[in-house]
Amino acid sequence: MPEHTVKSYDEELNQMTGTILRMGGMVEQQLAEAITALVKRDPELAARVIQDDKPVDRLEHEVDHLVMRLLALRQPMAVDLRLITASLKISSDLERIGDYAANVAKRAGALSQVEPMRPVVVIPRMSLIVQGMIKDVLDAYMGRDVDKALDVWRRDEEVDEIYNSLFRELLTYMMEDPRHITPCTHLLFIAKNIERMGDHATNIAETISFLVTGTPLDEVRPKGDKTPFTTTPADLQDTGSEEV
Amino acid sequence: MIEKGWQTSERATRRLKKRYRRERRLKAAGILAIGLALGVLVLLLGSVISRGYPAFVKTEIALEITFDARLIDPSGSGEAKQLAKGKYGRALRQALFAKFPDVVERAERRNLTQLFSKAARFELREMILDQPDWIGTTQRVWLTAASDVDMLTKGSLPRDVPQAERRLNDQQLAWVDHFEAAGNLRTVFNGGFFTGSDSREPELAGIGGALAGSFWTLLITLVLAFPLGVAAAVYLQEFAPKNRLTDFIEVNINNLAAVPSIVFGLLGLAIFIQLFELPRSTAIVGGLTLMLMTLPTIIIATRAALAAVPPSIREAAHGVGASPVQVVSHHVLPLAMPGIMTGTIIGMARALGETAPLLMIGMVAFIVDIPSAPFDSATALPVQIFLWADSPERGFEEKMSAAIIVLLAFLIIMNALAVILRRRFETRW
Amino acid sequence: MPLPSKMEISGLDVFYGATRALYDVDMKVAEKRVSALIGPSGCGKSTFLRCLNRMNDIIEGCRVDGDVLLDGNDIYARDLDVVQLRARVGMVFQKPNPFPKSIYDNVAYGPRIHGLTNNAGELDEIVESSLRKAGLYDEVADRMSAPGTSLSGGQQQRLCIARAIAISPEVILMDEPCSALDPIATAKVEELIDELKEDFTIAIVTHNMQQAARVSQYTAFFHLGKLVEFGDTEAIFTNPEEKRTQDYITGRFG
Repeated sequence: MPEHTVKSYDEELNQMTGTILRMGGMVEQQLAEAITALVKRDPELAARVIQDDKPVDRLEHEVDHLVMRLLALRQPMAVDLRLITASLKISSDLERIGDYAANVAKRAGALSQVEPMRPVVVIPRMSLIVQGMIKDVLDAYMGRDVDKALDVWRRDEEVDEIYNSLFRELLTYMMEDPRHITPCTHLLFIAKNIERMGDHATNIAETISFLVTGTPLDEVRPKGDKTPFTTTPADLQDTGSEEV
Repeated sequence: MIEKGWQTSERATRRLKKRYRRERRLKAAGILAIGLALGVLVLLLGSVISRGYPAFVKTEIALEITFDARLIDPSGSGEAKQLAKGKYGRALRQALFAKFPDVVERAERRNLTQLFSKAARFELREMILDQPDWIGTTQRVWLTAASDVDMLTKGSLPRDVPQAERRLNDQQLAWVDHFEAAGNLRTVFNGGFFTGSDSREPELAGIGGALAGSFWTLLITLVLAFPLGVAAAVYLQEFAPKNRLTDFIEVNINNLAAVPSIVFGLLGLAIFIQLFELPRSTAIVGGLTLMLMTLPTIIIATRAALAAVPPSIREAAHGVGASPVQVVSHHVLPLAMPGIMTGTIIGMARALGETAPLLMIGMVAFIVDIPSAPFDSATALPVQIFLWADSPERGFEEKMSAAIIVLLAFLIIMNALAVILRRRFETRW
Repeated sequence: MPLPSKMEISGLDVFYGATRALYDVDMKVAEKRVSALIGPSGCGKSTFLRCLNRMNDIIEGCRVDGDVLLDGNDIYARDLDVVQLRARVGMVFQKPNPFPKSIYDNVAYGPRIHGLTNNAGELDEIVESSLRKAGLYDEVADRMSAPGTSLSGGQQQRLCIARAIAISPEVILMDEPCSALDPIATAKVEELIDELKEDFTIAIVTHNMQQAARVSQYTAFFHLGKLVEFGDTEAIFTNPEEKRTQDYITGRFG
């Protein structure tokens, strides 16, 4: 895309996208560290991750400010208008992801005080997928790459599947032994948080698709989370990954 | 890197000084030129006015006249016709000789009579025709003095030159002094200068005839040149297609404006007098000739005024569906009118001051009657000035200067009118 | 286009002497809607607008080819009276150009020359209603005999709009009507345009893209004498199809 006639317009747009990318990088790292704290049972690292949420919030405010400034001063049109409104939404999605990462870290801190549970090993796998999604969706944002964004969008299904099976497993654990209920609930929430992060990454992917094409995504979004309708682990057995 | 602040290099300062010097020199040269022009103008106006203003007054001498019924109304009928035939010259002479009884020689008596204008007896006749009951009485009346006496009282005739080189001899000077000492000599406003026509006698000559001639000539010029010029300009500017023919016409109109006026005189002579056989020396021919000369000026001024009307007004009028003629007549022409009037007035002022073409068509004759219609023989103000400038009599010199003052006054008034019109209307949109 | 079109232009070419100003333009002007014409200076949008009421006729050396239909009738037909056409297709110009006459006479001029009224009372009514429609009546009601040029720029432009609608045209062409006005006056004129589209079909040329986006329902983007894109205003300004349109409206041109 050619440059704007007004150079400072381009500079401000670049500043905004740069801030978003920085935010994304921070959020990605936050998630990775929260999972490390969980696996390594490291409450200090967990505390640091919680602290790291503040700079993310600051960056979100910065993006808000830049967007308002751009809207007020440049009266953006067409692709610029879409980029700016998309960035506003993306920054709010990223901020939510950061919040969830902090929440994961909080629970990791709590879990480090109790005995380790076996299902913990599934969480890093799930988290790796979501981290990949976040990284790719940020790349897609930087490169205005619809295909990459759509790829991320489809990968959310996998996250949902893992979440479903983990839900089932944790339910079984809790039924076996009531003493497992506390750690399992924490794990369940962690898994839920990671699953929500995936949803936000999907949101971002949708936003990017709109940003590039100018039309909203009209494919039905894959929705794999069946847990809201689950009463027993057996309910999840057959339906698997079917769309609802 | 450009130096900031007030510090500049020495070279830059020198350059700057040089620049200012050059500016000052240019300004000084301009002021000098304007000063020179003003000086010459003041000199010209000063000399014309100082020489001309005495012509607006004339000298009169008072005399006790006995209106003897035997001289004035020998038949005793009292009819105006009879009174007009009276021997007023003799009444004047008798009164004079009675006043100076020791003057007995013929030559001396003639010198004495010559103190009075040749028109003095006509003045006496006018008085009697006005007041027939004066017959048989003796009245003290004021009579116009001869031009030489007039010149003497105005200081134009020096007294200290030898008698032989003077227009008045010592005896005449003594008589004039005698009249003056007795309070019988006065100067009054010379109304006759404006109402009278040309005369061989300087003290009687006036510009009335020339003014009337100029009036008729300019009236003809205006009545013909204004509508013709405006119509031609409107067509050329607003309606004519742009092609070689209109370009050719345009170039020729511009050239005509620069043609020497005497050429128009020749043209007028050839066309109006020789071809159409109009009477020569008349205001109608003068007006037609000046019309030819003024037409290009009016056309050019009108076109400029039309072109100066902002296109937005034309667009607005077209936009509401006015036809081309409506656009011009409702909007463009009224807006251009001040400019057209200014151009016309300036053209008319030029026509008023024009002499050469009028000489060619014979408006240079000595005409005593004041023209009352365009077909009467007439002369014009500038031509009158030309005629008087040629006259040998000393008295005509001040008449000429006075006529120049009147002409200049008219020109200034016309130009001022043009300026006022322009000022008043130019910023209406 | 979903709405009936008031004017249909097809294959329009315009030449100024040897220079070509418009290349094969096809466009429709929707009835009782505002169509905006945008594009960089010299792109031909004003030329196009002036073709719609044959204002180009008064420009020396201008030649127009192609069809311009008003309600299906060719306005360049040989037997068409330009004066009558301009009574149906009025125009408002870039610079407010009231006649140097009174406010009343400015508005009354059109109805007078077209003989729309039989008596002074009717004329008064037309003048008043036109000024009311132009949103100017309350501001000038007590000084109808004051010269039109004594009004402020924004009022002058609304006076010109009143003058245009006084002859009840069907289409009003506006050539950058707000370019000489301050933002408040601009807003008033924009509001007025919005109201006028109830009764009139409007085509407006503007350099201000935000203005085009605000007042129009359809937008045409011209570039180098060609109609690049024409469509719903919203689509043009959020997601134009043509790259050149995109580059222009986002300020990336040239």
